[in-house]
Amino acid sequence: MTRRKTITSLKNFPLFFSPAIILIVFFVAYPVLQTVYISFFSPTEEFVGLGNYFDVLSRKEILNVEGFPKWPPLGALIHNLLWILIHLPLSMFSGLVLAVILRDVKGASIVKSAIFLGMVTPLIVGGIILRFTFERGVGIVNAFFNVLGVEQLARTWTAYPETALFALIFGSVWLWTGFSMIIYSAGLATIPKEYYEAAKIDGATPFRTFFRITFPLLKPMTITVVTMTILWELKIFDIVFVATRGGPGWASTVLAYQMWLYAFRDLNFNNAAAVATFLTFLTLFVTIGMIRYMVRR
Amino acid sequence: MKIRKSTIIVHIIAWSVALIWILPFLGVLMAAIRPFPEILHGWWNFAEFNPSLKNFVEAWSHSSAPLGQGMLNSFLVAIPSTLIPMFVASLTGYGFARFSFPIRDYIFLTVVLIMALPQQMIAVPIFQIMTSLGLVNNYISLILVHSAWGLAWIILFMRNFFLRLPIEIEEAAKVDGASDFKIFYKIVLPMALPALASVAVLQFMWVWNDFFLALILIQSPDKLLATQRIPLMREVHHVDWSVLSAASILVMLVPILIYVLLQKYYIRGMIGWTVKG
Repeated sequence: MTRRKTITSLKNFPLFFSPAIILIVFFVAYPVLQTVYISFFSPTEEFVGLGNYFDVLSRKEILNVEGFPKWPPLGALIHNLLWILIHLPLSMFSGLVLAVILRDVKGASIVKSAIFLGMVTPLIVGGIILRFTFERGVGIVNAFFNVLGVEQLARTWTAYPETALFALIFGSVWLWTGFSMIIYSAGLATIPKEYYEAAKIDGATPFRTFFRITFPLLKPMTITVVTMTILWELKIFDIVFVATRGGPGWASTVLAYQMWLYAFRDLNFNNAAAVATFLTFLTLFVTIGMIRYMVRR
Repeated sequence: MKIRKSTIIVHIIAWSVALIWILPFLGVLMAAIRPFPEILHGWWNFAEFNPSLKNFVEAWSHSSAPLGQGMLNSFLVAIPSTLIPMFVASLTGYGFARFSFPIRDYIFLTVVLIMALPQQMIAVPIFQIMTSLGLVNNYISLILVHSAWGLAWIILFMRNFFLRLPIEIEEAAKVDGASDFKIFYKIVLPMALPALASVAVLQFMWVWNDFFLALILIQSPDKLLATQRIPLMREVHHVDWSVLSAASILVMLVPILIYVLLQKYYIRGMIGWTVKG
């Protein structure tokens, strides 16, 4: 990195930095540290070390060991991981395919807007819409499976433990695909046309062109999409809150929702803090991976 | 011109995907403009079709959660929660872009780490702070937290923008004896208007769409925001999907209109803070 020219001495430092520092210290930094701090204490303010962490990780709504290898409920932690395993490849792949094929499609901007609508929709509303779509009678998913003759899937998905979580995950693919599509579209626009002309002259097939030129050049976008998508999946809250309330039973609960239940229903701030800290640990793990990649670059 | 077979296939795929993607929205729209009994066997069932705006009126002045009040409340929160961090973060972003001090290059790291935080990580202490200040149920609490929460990405975004501005104009003003703040306010900020528009669009949408922070800080029924009223419209045993759909459309209409009208700024903001870094 070249050194940039700077025009100013430090004399006005407070003017430019103090408002932001005050806001961040009071409403971000202090609360974060305080959450970590209380996660090591019992509600009676005794120091319990990692006690709260062992406590929450041994609860069946966080980690339901007996549930394996059957259907949910498997615990919020596993549900979050399932969310990543299913949602990440589906939304990333469909976004990439759409971005690639939409380059040669007439009216691509209309198609893009239709798919991007999910990204603009408040997640609370997104949760309502996906609940509606999976509802028996009024929803189209059940009508679809009725036509196919698959009776077991032609019902209110969110009302059964076997399907509730998957309804939310598939619904969230529908909401989030616009993100990877937009990021990949922006990335594709930066690839010089000459590369493709050269590939054409060499007689490369479209598949070869894609795997040898397009996908490698999109690597920075892939890193961004993977990171942001995993962060989004770990932070899932609104959809679960409005569509299933984590239910039926614990079948579709997630870490963020469970934290809220512990804190504001059970009023156990210490357990809630442990879940929040654990969740943050997971998000930081993902983020640090991305930073290390960007620094190496 | 000869049309190739592959071109046709690609078009069919693209347009069918768009159609599938739009179906859930279409369903909600159809439910919203028709009486509930009509859609009991599917919104695609047009045996009877009596469209009206009745459901919207009912949602707007719903008995347990009037949405009109909620929309107004959401604007009251979202507008200051957009303007405050916009201005504060512009100051700081400019500072990072122009002042010389040693830790400047670590700002990126800090900001990205803050962006990774789940809101749950601040929820309990924020609730406790605001309770002790007597600010629960007061929009000031929500505005302050939204402002602080949005600062990180806006600082990063504005810093990246300011780094690309030519420094010569500012140097000339400096020679003429203008103060740092005057240069910032009179010269730099007006040049930053396109970037500020992107920031405003994204931040406003995030605050409008937010649910979790409001859930924690605002509890009295008349102060609930628009997103908080949606779950309340679902009764335990009976869901009137028509009214609920109408309410959903009203709440999503605001971000969608902003997206449609200011798409250029939205996309620029979206790509700016995720890809550039």
